[in-house]
Amino acid sequence: MSASTTSGTGRHADAAVREPVLEIKNLSVDYGFGQDPTHVLRQVSLTLNRGEVLGLAGESGCGKSTLAYAATRLLPPPGLITGGEVVLTDRSGERRDILTMSDAQLRASRWQDVAIVFQGAMNSLNPVFRIGRQIADAIAAHTPGIRKKQALDRAAELLDMVGISPDRLSAFPHQLSGGMRQRVMIAMALALEPQVLIMDEPTTALDVVMQRQIVEQIAELRERLGFSVVFITHDVSLLIEIADRIAIMYAGEIVEDAAAQDVYRRPRHPYSRGLLRSFPPLRGPRRELTGIAGSPPDLRLLPTGCTFTPRCGFSTPECSRIHPELGPTAFAGAEPDRRVACILHGDVGTLPPELAER
Amino acid sequence: MSFFRRRIIFYLITAWAAVTINFLIPRLMPGDPVTALIARNQGRIDSDAEQSLRVLFGLDSNQSFLEQYIDYWGLLFRGDLGLSFTFFPTPVSDIVWQSLPWTVGLVGIATVIAFVLGTLVGTAIGWRRGTWADGLLPISTFFSAVPYFWLGLIAITVFAVQLGWFPSNGSYDRSLLPSFDLEFLGSVLYYGFLPALTVVLASIAGWILGMRNMMVTVSSEDYVTVAQAKGLPERKVMFGYAARNAILPQISSFALSLGFIVGGTLIMEMVFSYQGIGYVLYQAVNTHDYPLMQGVFLVITLSVLVANILADFVYAALDPRTRQEG
Ligand SMILES: Nc1ncnc2c1ncn2[C@@H]1O[C@H](COP(=O)(O)OP(=O)(O)OP(=O)(O)O)[C@@H](O)[C@H]1O
Ligand SMILES: [Mg+2]
Repeated sequence: MSASTTSGTGRHADAAVREPVLEIKNLSVDYGFGQDPTHVLRQVSLTLNRGEVLGLAGESGCGKSTLAYAATRLLPPPGLITGGEVVLTDRSGERRDILTMSDAQLRASRWQDVAIVFQGAMNSLNPVFRIGRQIADAIAAHTPGIRKKQALDRAAELLDMVGISPDRLSAFPHQLSGGMRQRVMIAMALALEPQVLIMDEPTTALDVVMQRQIVEQIAELRERLGFSVVFITHDVSLLIEIADRIAIMYAGEIVEDAAAQDVYRRPRHPYSRGLLRSFPPLRGPRRELTGIAGSPPDLRLLPTGCTFTPRCGFSTPECSRIHPELGPTAFAGAEPDRRVACILHGDVGTLPPELAER
Repeated sequence: MSFFRRRIIFYLITAWAAVTINFLIPRLMPGDPVTALIARNQGRIDSDAEQSLRVLFGLDSNQSFLEQYIDYWGLLFRGDLGLSFTFFPTPVSDIVWQSLPWTVGLVGIATVIAFVLGTLVGTAIGWRRGTWADGLLPISTFFSAVPYFWLGLIAITVFAVQLGWFPSNGSYDRSLLPSFDLEFLGSVLYYGFLPALTVVLASIAGWILGMRNMMVTVSSEDYVTVAQAKGLPERKVMFGYAARNAILPQISSFALSLGFIVGGTLIMEMVFSYQGIGYVLYQAVNTHDYPLMQGVFLVITLSVLVANILADFVYAALDPRTRQEG
């Protein structure tokens, strides 16, 4: 499959009616209890529409994984969700907040509605069980009365779907390569045909060829099964290939949220622009790689105002005073679906031409 | 299956080494206490027994080292460990065979109970940290921190002397004849309860703590999070995913502790005058009964070995990574 067909897979979703399937609203997460917790996520809002691939990008440590864990209520201590909602709309149109479900409801909903492939799938498989059993127990937990044989048959089908020979059902995780384990995790995640698949850096530990294969496979499966994807990575150029929409995250906040091509061609936030310039483009003319000067802030000691100010090439004195909210861009009339968190798009100062490309 | 064959060969070699060391040690000892002992018992040791003692302790100057070694193995295979000086002329093997079941039965069962109970409690405490059950930790640690003989003496003072609920020593009612009827077995249980209780109390903290710590470690493994994310029932996640992996190091410690049953029971049997192998060793040491001591040491060595074999195979059954089939 060529890169251009891959990039086309999700696009038609834009044409369809935008129907949200997962809405994260003002989600806040602290790490550490007691007097002085670190506010890792601050009022994060993000919407995933049905059939869409939403990319989530940002530097290491900005809180991408934390967002994935919090939205699925899997956050380990000392992480604590301090506010917000995660609203899931199921196929019948019923809306439920994952964060307020009872334990039993949550257990029933998990994997059925939202499945997740974790960063580091190397350790995601129980070393003492055969992989067939691990896929089958997910199926059995949500399909009352299913026979073991039936669940294993289904597991074999799933393995086949991700390109692993079904006779590997009886393999132990340590007998598989990293790429195969990753595929097993994807097969497992799709076992109950969930509506939402969250993938946290599913390809980071793999070589480039394997990365490509897996990304293409996900795109193909998505096309066939019609689930929505949240794809987390720090590789923006990969996202531009596969995502319909991209959300850029910086120090625990979303700073830009727009269609993939818009982010790529016309970044509106200085950080998005810098991030794009840290990776070589996969297609099109080469450009100079500049990267972003400095390093991400310590989340324990965040500056007031915009957290990106110290590294920003366009900052004004107001930037270090006013905390920007995620809102419309300076061209709100022409691009109603874009959101950016930068006061230069408001009435402060003048918008530099680099952030105002049309 | 080559895994099992390799392990068996390994253990055969270890057993051979253990027996050989047991053969060498008396021969390397400076001086010759055994000759003195034979001299002291002059006339009471008949010529046959004297010969077998000479072979066991390498006093047979007519023989080469190699011949002695071969004879030694020959005696072992016939179960001949020589005659005890203290219980003359009872063969050492008889004494060992009579006392071993008492120790293995009492301390063995107590060790298994402590392991099972401690591991279960540790699983629960490690899974749900910060509940009332955490309070068990300091209590059980207290019992394992107290020196064992003191714990034993307290138990005797309180439950045997003051309350009179249990006998203070012995392993069964001496007015009964040993047999397999209910009355005798009941008496064995009654006499064994207090020593078993103290053994369990003294050792359970180690199991609780070990399992708790492993549960805490394993609980943060990705595959446990995945099991939660899959929406598996909590009990399945706790036992199938977390405890199933956390128990692996416990198994190794359990095997080691099984091996120490025979060697480690000395103090308990002294405190409770329990007629197990530890008590025999204690008497042998007191009376300089070298053949008996050597016999007991051999049994201790071999029991550690057997326990290790057991652990190895259980571990292999539980952890596919150690099997390395293909
Ligand atoms: N257990 C914890 N205690 C305190 N802080 C934590 C803990 N776990 C994560 N953090 C902090 O939360 C922030 C976000 O971490 P997170 O793992 O979500 O980053 P990420 O964006 O997924 O990074 P990466 O791309 O490296 O995976 C980091 O700054 C990290 O230091
Ligand atoms: Mg991460």
